[in-house]
Amino acid sequence: MTPAPSPEVLQAPLVVEFPFTRSLGPVQSAFLTGLREHTVLGVRTTDGRVLVPPVEYDPVTADELADLVEVAPTGTVTTWAWNPSPRRGQPLGTPFAWVLVRLDGADTALLHALDAPGPDAVRTGMRVRIRWAAEREGAITDIACFEPYDGAEGGEAVPHRGAFTDPVSGIVAPARLDYTYAPGRAQSRYLRALADHTTYGERCPSCRKVYVPPRGACPTCGVATEEQVEVGPRGTVTTFCIVNIKARNLDIEVPYVYAHIALDGADLALHARIGGIPYDEVRMGLRVEPVWSEDGRYPDHYRPTGEPDADYDTYKEML
Amino acid sequence: MREVAIVAFGQSDHRRDTAETSEVEMLMPVLHQALDAVGLRAGEIDFTCSGSCDYLAGRAFSFTMALDGVGAWPPISESHVEMDGAWALYEAWTRLLTGEAETALVYSYGKSSPGDLREVLTRQLDPYYVAPLWPDSVSLAALQAQALLDAEVTRDRGGPGDIVADERALAGVAARSRTAAEGNPHAQLAGSPPPETLLDEPYLVRPLRRHDCPPVGDGAAAVVLAAGDTARRLCRRPAWIRGMDHRTEAHSLGVRDLTRSPSSRLAAERAGAFEAPVDLAELHAPFTSQELILRRELRLGADVRVNPSGGALAANPMMAAGLIRLGEAAAAIHRGAADRALAHATSGPCLQQNLVAVLEGEAS
Repeated sequence: MTPAPSPEVLQAPLVVEFPFTRSLGPVQSAFLTGLREHTVLGVRTTDGRVLVPPVEYDPVTADELADLVEVAPTGTVTTWAWNPSPRRGQPLGTPFAWVLVRLDGADTALLHALDAPGPDAVRTGMRVRIRWAAEREGAITDIACFEPYDGAEGGEAVPHRGAFTDPVSGIVAPARLDYTYAPGRAQSRYLRALADHTTYGERCPSCRKVYVPPRGACPTCGVATEEQVEVGPRGTVTTFCIVNIKARNLDIEVPYVYAHIALDGADLALHARIGGIPYDEVRMGLRVEPVWSEDGRYPDHYRPTGEPDADYDTYKEML
Repeated sequence: MREVAIVAFGQSDHRRDTAETSEVEMLMPVLHQALDAVGLRAGEIDFTCSGSCDYLAGRAFSFTMALDGVGAWPPISESHVEMDGAWALYEAWTRLLTGEAETALVYSYGKSSPGDLREVLTRQLDPYYVAPLWPDSVSLAALQAQALLDAEVTRDRGGPGDIVADERALAGVAARSRTAAEGNPHAQLAGSPPPETLLDEPYLVRPLRRHDCPPVGDGAAAVVLAAGDTARRLCRRPAWIRGMDHRTEAHSLGVRDLTRSPSSRLAAERAGAFEAPVDLAELHAPFTSQELILRRELRLGADVRVNPSGGALAANPMMAAGLIRLGEAAAAIHRGAADRALAHATSGPCLQQNLVAVLEGEAS
């Protein structure tokens, strides 16, 4: 048994970024198109309340709602919170107040930012009005923010057809989250060894199987795996498929072969690409060895060793 | 109805950063802590249910990796909720009630350290009207706190009395919780200056100061459920689940009265919480202001011990903190420190979703 070293934990930046494309129903479309046109729309419920921002179903009665009304761009703060350090993506880059604003003519409140010089300038009940974004596209950010307003209260909500030329039918909501990925003890050990062209598995203390890549647990027994076992470098193709779809950003000619490979000494097959042999000559039992990538941190692919094929009985448990 | 009890509970030490362990490595000792308490092995459990969240890990189907920790081969009967483990416990409870299982393992875990939690949580908000503004979780809680402070006194006529909600009261919740956590070896934060001193601290997001907010951290929890005589065999004093219910409120914050939590009230009513007094309550109130709201909605008077564990203000591992409330309440019953306890879990911004369970120990 090789005593497990206590490796420094590996870490790497991980960015998850996605432009969510979302379609709008009739009510949301009218509301967001209205913002583009300097018009704030709400929806009237069957019991006469005006919801701003509008929704398609009443959150209390679940009635379908479509009775659009126009409300004022002025309103009253119903609650607030002073945000001294704005974060990425938030409406203002300078300290501001988050506010819930009940627009004149509405019965519910809209969440947005309030541009104010400091927390002492903000209070519940204060009067505010919309500051429109210079460029508008049919999104909640068409409201740049709210600003203090000392005018009188606007009037009642008035009916609105919700019809605009060129209505927006969808939004693209870009999302980005930044992480620091840390793979944990077992995988850190595995990745560090791999950089030295050594492949480690971990043996289950209960069933004695050797797992590669190791994840610190035996999925059969549900116990921790600690004992490190060097496996490979050679192995046997247990099963494979022929890939005919070219992956984006991947410089590999199709067709190519992706295979499960049982490294010598391992009880679980890992998967990798097979190279150095025509795709239609890859077969179960083929003996292969790793070809290291240019920076040497992981095998780029596996190629035939030239040995005779492995006997089926030696790998049939790993299919 | 079939009797079901929590018979074991385990939790990790909750810490700001656990980069040295993967999720399954963090979880496994906790699973074994719970299983060992009742002398079971993972393979002997009839049903397994977990709670976690891909957005914390930044990876799709991240819960499948954690399944290695429960021995998911050969195939087991398993389910997962993309929520706090309290809701996984609810699912396991219903499974046991149907009679399809005698025992269940429920676990949940969350590592907030890889990402920026305040940003990550914005992704659970309405994607059309709210998420594009990226309002962070502390700011949304601060809106709720300000609404409560503006209301000054939250009244519940016929309830256990008025609760004055001012900044001093909020600091009092923080100081009491973190002082209580000195007796909890798993807590991330323990100990506190007196409330008067806390009020000298600057605001984080006004009206919330740092002490009004939960620590951000990593952690895991597990419980074992068992039915009827199996529970009696596994545990000297099972914590019987007398009722459990969960409710949700409108998604839009501007539709709700943020000073109230009607979903908590209704869930408690349906769980039978008001049928007899409770002597202990474990509330999942990550922000001090939320405890004041919950105390009123759940009709908890001054005679009820609230969060002797320190609650979410002492450790709030995402997706596990609610399950921990159920576990802590059950553990108090197991050791005879409570006879009838209320456990509460929440999810979403400003107490959007709430679960209430009533646990009882039999007279010994």
